Formats: sequence, C-alpha cells, structure tokens
Amino acid sequence: MAEVCLTGVTKRFGKNAAVDDVTMTIPDGSFVVLLGPTGAGKTTTLRLVSGLDQPDRGRITIDGHDMAGLTPAQRDVAMVFQQYSLYPHMTVRQNLEFPLKSPMLRTPQSEIDRKVGEIAEMLQISSKLDNKATALSGGEMQRVSIGRALVRNPSVYLMDEPLSSLDAKLRADLRLELKSIQAESGATLLYVTHDQIEAMTMATHVGVLDKGRLVQFGSPREIYENPVSIYAASRLGQPRINVLPADIFGGAPSGAASIGLRPEQIEQGEGEESLVQRVEHLGDQTRLHLTCKSHDIVTVTDPHTELKQGDIVRIRPKNPFYFDANGARLA
Amino acid sequence: MAQIRIENVRKEFGSFTAVQSSTFTIEDGEFFMLLGPSGCGKTTTLRMMAGLELPTSGRIYIDGEEVGQKPASQRDIAFVFQMFALYPHMNVRGNISYPLKSQGMPTPQIKAKVAEVAEILGITDILDRPVGGLSGGDRQRVALGRAIVRDPKAFFMDEPLGALDAEFRERMSEELRALHDRMNATTVYVTHDQLEAMQMGDKIVVMNHGVVEQFGVPQDIYDWPATKFVAQFIGSPPMNFLDFEGMIGAGQDTVQLGGTTISVPPSLDGAAGTLTLGIRPEHVRLDDNAAYRGRVVATEYLGTTQIVTLETANGPIKVRAPSSDRIVLGATTGLVFDPRTITLFENDHGRALRSRANEGVLGHG
Repeated sequence: MAEVCLTGVTKRFGKNAAVDDVTMTIPDGSFVVLLGPTGAGKTTTLRLVSGLDQPDRGRITIDGHDMAGLTPAQRDVAMVFQQYSLYPHMTVRQNLEFPLKSPMLRTPQSEIDRKVGEIAEMLQISSKLDNKATALSGGEMQRVSIGRALVRNPSVYLMDEPLSSLDAKLRADLRLELKSIQAESGATLLYVTHDQIEAMTMATHVGVLDKGRLVQFGSPREIYENPVSIYAASRLGQPRINVLPADIFGGAPSGAASIGLRPEQIEQGEGEESLVQRVEHLGDQTRLHLTCKSHDIVTVTDPHTELKQGDIVRIRPKNPFYFDANGARLA
Repeated sequence: MAQIRIENVRKEFGSFTAVQSSTFTIEDGEFFMLLGPSGCGKTTTLRMMAGLELPTSGRIYIDGEEVGQKPASQRDIAFVFQMFALYPHMNVRGNISYPLKSQGMPTPQIKAKVAEVAEILGITDILDRPVGGLSGGDRQRVALGRAIVRDPKAFFMDEPLGALDAEFRERMSEELRALHDRMNATTVYVTHDQLEAMQMGDKIVVMNHGVVEQFGVPQDIYDWPATKFVAQFIGSPPMNFLDFEGMIGAGQDTVQLGGTTISVPPSLDGAAGTLTLGIRPEHVRLDDNAAYRGRVVATEYLGTTQIVTLETANGPIKVRAPSSDRIVLGATTGLVFDPRTITLFENDHGRALRSRANEGVLGHG
C-alpha cells in the first residue's frame, strides 16, 4: 500500500529515449494501466519502478521514499512478467509458498496453507498443487507466477502483460479476479498491457504512452470520452475511432484538420450518402464497413439489421471530436 | 477453387480419439472457421483435410474427388502457419516466386504472377527489399503472397494471427478478410478466438473434445446455440445461465424462475428437472419496476457500453447496458428479459430445447 511518484524520469538506450521525461503519480490503492503499442515505453517504465533498470534522469519515490540506488528486493515490490519464471524442481505448492517461507517473515504454516489454498482456488489451479511446475501447461505456469506475487503483501504490484498468454475465457475470468483482489486489498498496482479491454475494465487510471512520453493520464472513461489527441483516442474503443478530413460533413471549426467519429458519434438515417461495403456480424453487435466520399468508415448497427452489401446509408456526425493538423484535440 | 466435404471422419492417436466423427461441407469460395479450445481437434481436422494426417476412418472430398488417403502433395492446398517462416537469405520477390520456380514456371510468367500478387497484397514497393528488415505486418503479407501465388484449390490457415499483438491482429484480420473477398478462394481457418471466428467467417464449426458441437453461420450460432458449450464459448461475455428447478411442456411459453413468470419462445420439446435459462447480456434490461430482482456486484466500463454483473436467486448474471446509465454498486434492481431471445437447456447433455425461435437453426431433431 503506497503511492508511487515519477518525476521527470528519462531512460535512454543509446540514442533512443525509451522513457522520455515522464511525470506521473500512481495514487495509493489505485490500479494504473500503462497502455500503448510495442515500443511505447510501457515495460521500461515498469522496470524503472521495480529497480531492474535505473533512470538516467528524474526521481522515483514509493511511499515518499526515494528509490535511487535501491535493489528490487529493497523496494518491496512483487512482479509478474509475461514470461513465467518458476522454480522447475519444485511443486506448484512449493512455488506458491516460497515467498512466504522467507525467514524474515516467520509466517506460521497454517497461515501459509490458508493463503496458498485461497490463491490456488482463485486461479483455478487447486487440483495441480502437488504437480511439478514443469508438468504444467503454459497457461497454468503463468497462473502460478501470478499466484506467487499475490500470496505476498508488497507495497506495490508490478505486472507486465500477465494475461497475454492465457486463453480468452480464462483471461476474462482473471480480469475480474485481479480487479476485485486489488479493490479489496487496497493494493497499488501498476500494470502494462497492449490490450485495451484489460485497460478499460480493470484500471482506475490509464496512462497512455507514445514513444516514451506520457500523453494522457486519467480514468478510462475520461480517455475514451475526452481524448487529448488522435493517438489517445485511437487507443480505446472497438471498432477503432474513425479519423477523416474535417470538412467531409461540413461545419468544422476553424483550425480543424480531422474529425474523429466513434460509432456512437455517427447518426444513421440522415446526412451524407455512404455505401455499405460489408456487414460484419459479431453477435452482440454488427459492424458496418462504409465508404463515404471515398473514405472508409466502420460503425456499429443493430445486430439484426436488414442492411446488406451494396445498400446506401445516410450518416451524419453527432458531437464529434475535432483535431488540428498535429493530431491534437481542439477544445 | 473447391468444395470440401468431410464425412464421418475420425482420428485416433493410440487410445486417444482426437476427432470423433465429423461431418460437414465447406462450399466453394467460403471463408470457413474451425473454432474451439485447445485440444478440441480443430488442428487435427485441418491437417487431415490437408493430407498431413490420414484419418483413421471416414472420407474427405475435395471437388468431389475422394482424397482421404492421398498425401498432401497431391491435394493442391496452400498452408499458412502461425509462425510464418520466410527464407532469410532471399528478398521479398525471391520468397514469393520460390514456389513457382520449383514448379519450373518460365521466368516471364513468374514475373507477371509475382507482380499481380504483390499488387493484391499492397507490397509492390518492397519487392526488392531483404525480408530481414520488414515489419511484422509486411512479413505476414509476404508469407501470404507465397501461399497465394500458386493459385491453389484452397488455403488452409492454422492460427495465422495468433502470435501478433491485439491492435495489429485486428488490422490483419480485416486485411485477410478483404483479401478473401477479392479472390474468393476457399479458405479454412483454425482459431480458438471466437471473436476472430465471428468477424471473419462465412460459416463456423464449433468443436469440443473432438466432437462437432454446431455448424452454421456466425449470427445463427451466436443467437441460437445448440449446446451449453457453444453458448459459453461464443460471445464475450458469454451467454448467461440461470439454473432453476421446473418444467416446460411442448407448446408452453412461460417458465417459473424464483416465483416470477418469465416469457420464453413457445417450446417444441418438453422437459422437467434442473433446467437452465440462457440469455445474452445485451438482451437483459435493467428496470426498477421489474419483478425479477438482482443486486449489482460489479461494473466493467467498455466505452460505448458497460457490463453490469448482478447476483440473483438463480446465480450471477451479466447485463450489457449503455455507458451513460449510472449504476450503483450494491443496489437492488429489476431485470427484464427479451422473451424472443431466450434459449432453455436441459442439463443431462447440455442440449438446447427446441422452440419456435430456434427450430430454423437447430432443425427438427
């Protein structure tokens, strides 16, 4: 349970700034997700907080204490990586117990058993507790490594794409579990992903990274409903926001170079004619792939729409976003 | 291009039966998805169609010709794997033209063919680059190019996007589908990702434990699952299951759920005992005045919509609601089910009961 502060943190690898002057406060008890494509600086930021890498410039504090020069062990953080790392010669139970068996902690065995049982149940690996770690599938190994972080009570959890190797159903279950564990325990959690569903459903705050810079920090709702740029707007929302020349529907404010339209910002039935290129049934929603004045647009319509390829739909914007020539949002 | 038919195909590995007895038809020009969890037999099915495994019993027809026991080289199929391997010492053109060279095609023809394929894939300007420096997307396009260039009867793809990150996967899946729409080649595609299957497929086969659970067009499978497995495997979040003790007779159109009468599509089957009411999250509405009650235990924000989880007397239920609805954690509210969309399941085999609503999809038994 601790607040984590980054102030002007920069990390270079050669000429390349992997993390570029990042200032960010991760409030005590928050679930902060760093979001961005490969190479945005998410993992490097996490490694700087963990102590696996040292910043070239700037300051990192955990619970008010300057972390400069402290090793990962001295920082009281628990890490989960994308690539599981278990003790191969131990059973699942021994792997899970290991962090609690530290002589410094002196945890009573009954307490260890209770804790391990609880975590194993939550991660759906109870039946595998006495298997050798090497006899597990990749998904099971990953759950054990998440479990090994969760049995401890560190000031901060650091997780780097911990769910990306799991199948879809388990991932959905664990999203809810992780979120409720974090909410109940009040732990501070810094989490890296490129999966926007994970960011939206679990985060109290999302930090959007672009080429090492923090471009927006706020609740998922703030970033979705009030993005600062085309880049930030494109990180959240499925189908992705449509970005078109500003004047395509008329009425653009001065200085606008592009108009941004999420599906709910497109009204069907009136406005400009567009051609249905493809109707994509996803079950709960149906996507329309449209061409309007030779621009591609993807929007959402009623699951049981009668529309088909070749039909004409009229569309017009409703409370759209406008962006300037640099992609920054216009007020 | 080709129609592919699988008849009673079975595959055993020692005492393990990977595929039980599959029968389905892939029409000429279809984008066809083999969907299921790991170990369900989907890859084995694909490998049997390709000739990389021979079936223990059953028949496989490509364009009417029985090929079940023929090797892969005699089936004229192009295979695209999850890990696309390119020849690292060749440039893009060399990689794409390789299959034609080994067939002994004259150089001018190869040149024309490679140019045509590069045009289709939008990689004309990188033809003379080494493959080493290419982005992941371009590497994948080159791998596809190598498959397309041969003009095979069909394309088989085994999780070709599995190794890519989410954002890029979505873009490539749109591209693959658009490519298919231009070429109209029969494509069989293996995936465990239900969204990918819904998004790209003309038809889907859902497999589990070596058995075909359901076969049909994506929206039908989503709306009218034949089994509880399909109902849970397709859709995110999956279909809600509310278990109850009760009965329904043929012709009846209500059930009793915790003392509340719930309208359902008129049933064609009769069943009693522990039954399950299945309904999709977007077909439940929150309404304070409704008689059936639930307590809000969690919300998940998704942008346009949010998922609200409620606890009811018959178990948890997830509701897809507009994000603009303000939901209070811990509050008790009413739930309204859209009666046209409900599926009832019996629990012995997890099969859907037939009703007026799903008979068109599930047939008459």
